[in-house]
Amino acid sequence: MTANTQHHPTFTGNKALQIEEALSFEIGGLDRTGVDFPPAEDRADRLGGLGRDSDIGLPGLSEPETMRHFVRLSQKNYAIDMGPFPLGSCTMKHNPRLNEKIARLPGFADLHPLAPQSCVQGALELIDTLADWLKQLTGMPAVAMSPKAGAHGELCGMMAIKAAIEARGEGAKRTRVLAPESAHGTNPATAVQCGFTVEAIPADATGRVDLAALKEKLGDDVAAIMVTNPNTCGLFERDIRAIADAVHDAGGYFYCDGANFNAIAGKVKPGDLGVDAMHINLHKTFSTPHGGGGPGAGPTVLAASLAEFAPVPFVERRDGDYHLVETPGAKSFGRLTAFHGQMGMFTRALAYMMSHGIDGVRQVAEDAVLNANYVLARLKVEMTPAFDGYCMHEALFDDRFLKDTGVEIAKAMIDEGYHPMTMYFPLVVHGAMLIEPTESESKRELDLFCGALLSLAKRAKAGATEAFKAAPVYAPRRRLDETAAARKPVLRWTPA
Amino acid sequence: MRYLPLNDADRRAMLKTIGAGKIDELFADVPDDALNASFDLPNHAGELEVERALGAMAAKNRAAGDGPFFIGGGAYKHHIPATVDHIIQRSEFLTAYTPYQPEIAQGTLQYLFEFQTQVSALSGMEVANASMYDGSTGCAEAALMARRITKRTKAVLSGGLHPHYGAVTRTNLELLEDEVVTAPVDVSASEDLAAMIDDDTACVIVQTPDVFGNIRDLAPIAEAAHAKGALLIAVVTEAVSLGGLKSPGEMGADIFVGEGQSLGNGLGFGGPYVGLFATRQKYLRQMPGRLCGETTDVDGKRGFVLTLSTREQHIRRDKATSNICTNSGLCVLAFTIHMTLLGQAGLRQLALLNHQAACKTADALAAINGVEVINKAYFNEFTLRLPKSASDVVEKLAVQGVLAGVPGGRLWPGDPGADNLLIVAASECTTDADIEAFAAKLRGAL
Repeated sequence: MTANTQHHPTFTGNKALQIEEALSFEIGGLDRTGVDFPPAEDRADRLGGLGRDSDIGLPGLSEPETMRHFVRLSQKNYAIDMGPFPLGSCTMKHNPRLNEKIARLPGFADLHPLAPQSCVQGALELIDTLADWLKQLTGMPAVAMSPKAGAHGELCGMMAIKAAIEARGEGAKRTRVLAPESAHGTNPATAVQCGFTVEAIPADATGRVDLAALKEKLGDDVAAIMVTNPNTCGLFERDIRAIADAVHDAGGYFYCDGANFNAIAGKVKPGDLGVDAMHINLHKTFSTPHGGGGPGAGPTVLAASLAEFAPVPFVERRDGDYHLVETPGAKSFGRLTAFHGQMGMFTRALAYMMSHGIDGVRQVAEDAVLNANYVLARLKVEMTPAFDGYCMHEALFDDRFLKDTGVEIAKAMIDEGYHPMTMYFPLVVHGAMLIEPTESESKRELDLFCGALLSLAKRAKAGATEAFKAAPVYAPRRRLDETAAARKPVLRWTPA
Repeated sequence: MRYLPLNDADRRAMLKTIGAGKIDELFADVPDDALNASFDLPNHAGELEVERALGAMAAKNRAAGDGPFFIGGGAYKHHIPATVDHIIQRSEFLTAYTPYQPEIAQGTLQYLFEFQTQVSALSGMEVANASMYDGSTGCAEAALMARRITKRTKAVLSGGLHPHYGAVTRTNLELLEDEVVTAPVDVSASEDLAAMIDDDTACVIVQTPDVFGNIRDLAPIAEAAHAKGALLIAVVTEAVSLGGLKSPGEMGADIFVGEGQSLGNGLGFGGPYVGLFATRQKYLRQMPGRLCGETTDVDGKRGFVLTLSTREQHIRRDKATSNICTNSGLCVLAFTIHMTLLGQAGLRQLALLNHQAACKTADALAAINGVEVINKAYFNEFTLRLPKSASDVVEKLAVQGVLAGVPGGRLWPGDPGADNLLIVAASECTTDADIEAFAAKLRGAL
């Protein structure tokens, strides 16, 4: 195929439905526009002499050109609506279109965040209803709704913990945060953004927190631990309660990274496990779309001991009316964002929760875990699971089965029509391959997927090294030179 | 359950392959008494039922399009071309992940590259990132970036900065025990910020048009900041103004932070929005967030990748420039499509129409006895001083179908000086009939 395309180039560079597309700036013109406006009036401006005289330098496109430009671009993307997207830790599940429809109702979509509260009672009711679902599902008494994504939720939880520690007069003393080596990169980054130092907790041989090592590191200078549960190896932390007890005994807090809450929602309440704060990625667990990198939403549930430190704004129900509290109380740590959080994600998430109901949310967790274990069972014939035993919602493999072939399977999966799994994460496993099928895949789809991966594994072991190095050959682009991109960054178009 | 492909026969067969007797064997690591907790929540519901319940909540709200509408204050009502919402709902954009596998994510990567180009051009800066959550969080990130660059720990916030932006920035900086000096509320753009900048100052943060709608000349502040080795962070909450006003880059800003909601993104009760973030080339490696860069593939074809990731949390962990990961992908796309349709010609016209709508509105309201327009220079938003509490007036007008603006008491609760202030925004959506209705009801309410 590679040889073919090289020997028979097309005039346009297109290959049937695979159509090359220039940058919009190379298509349009500075005098063109795809929007019709009425003429302006001839009147003096009141811009105080600060009007823009300089060229902006952005060409415009007519509407048909714009439509074609972006439709062509869209066709260069892989998406969950096209096939399995087994990125471990990312939870690429089906995004129901009812969610989109609800989010676009003018009463939500065309609503100003600073409209008088008497005009937004339905919106506040929606936020309060979603908050109630989240509190119930987690068994936690409070939730801060304003964090804009998972990492922002981490910041929210850690800010609340910092405020609580300072309120105890221990701000100067408790400066250390502990997080497993397998943690998402956001965890240590968040802790540092809050002014803490971070130390790694080693993993034990089963891929879980080494409780004895954790206990050794605990002391009266520890502010918190940040632990993902189920963890990034796709395993439930067996000692979760002992971990919580140990950190509490040492006077610290337990921040749980809730990125993997989808594995246990409707089955287990994190509040029953000793968690003090946990963010929930609505764009993972509750099906709001990932949108090519956002927007997300990261509401953060808080234990009673942290609730009073929560940020503004928040919704309160009093005398049958909803009130948006925007002035921080004495203990609140402040404000995380200009307005009230990701309302557009709240509407979508609540539509999803109500559709599934509690029986469905439980079934989602069970199916997600079932699908992951099915993949684990089918693939372990040729591939090497990183740890023994069942997994939760994602199956982790290492690269022992590839021996020292140096082969990377990911790019070959692209040619098979799949988005690759998460590669080289978590860091505690050599050559990690983390597969999260989610509950959205049928058995038939999983069988095909496993068949493809088994075939690749066999070919890799058989020494087809060169073919793997060449992959992908069927994608809109072949391997891209990331080193060159970083060495001499070109981050914008400039006119020739 | 309509979202779940497995049926019970599938589940039994799969359990058999796995070698488990029942599903809870897979949850064996969960403490027994925590497994299968009970919940007081309803069971599943059909599409119709969900639509009915949530539609009823939506119907209780007064949408901006329901009548004369003049609220701004960091979020603006604009007309969004139908093309925008059609494209962003395409599955390939809506249901894609962050473009970590660039060979099958060129669609996302190319629009990020186009977005970065647009933001650079609009702001007059050299490099822009692929977005922040929104303008306010971008503002805090800019302050943190200035702190890294200057190795200083004091920030000076203009009294014309949106108070919520100020609060977000303070919340972030005070965690690190930095000094944050906030100038007094400055309705008439008369503060002397230069006098507040000293040798310890990392950054001075100024918004233009400011929260009261005043257009600010940033050039003298940039000069004063640079004289002390501090950086100027320019904040723009109304992206359309970038089509009509001198760019932050032209006026000497070091970091530009913007709220991009006005282009392509609806009001949405405050989010999701799209934070614009740009700076000078020399500060590139201190930027937060994702960057998309141009490169070539092994066949020599142009392509795009996420680049300079060694600044980011998934690589650098505790040494990262920010913890941001997921940002505003789809809102970026909406912005990019709208901006592509407009081009500079369309954006200039849109800006002009916005300005003229505000001028007309201001003239109609200034003619009312006891109403004073405070601003000398403004874009599409201005501030009135009323003879009575603006909050009361806003409530009264809301009942009569006019959403009049942001009362000072909403943004500066407890500040009696702000009580009678009403911040009013107009846009291309504002009609002469809207202005007449507003003026008539306001006259009646005073």
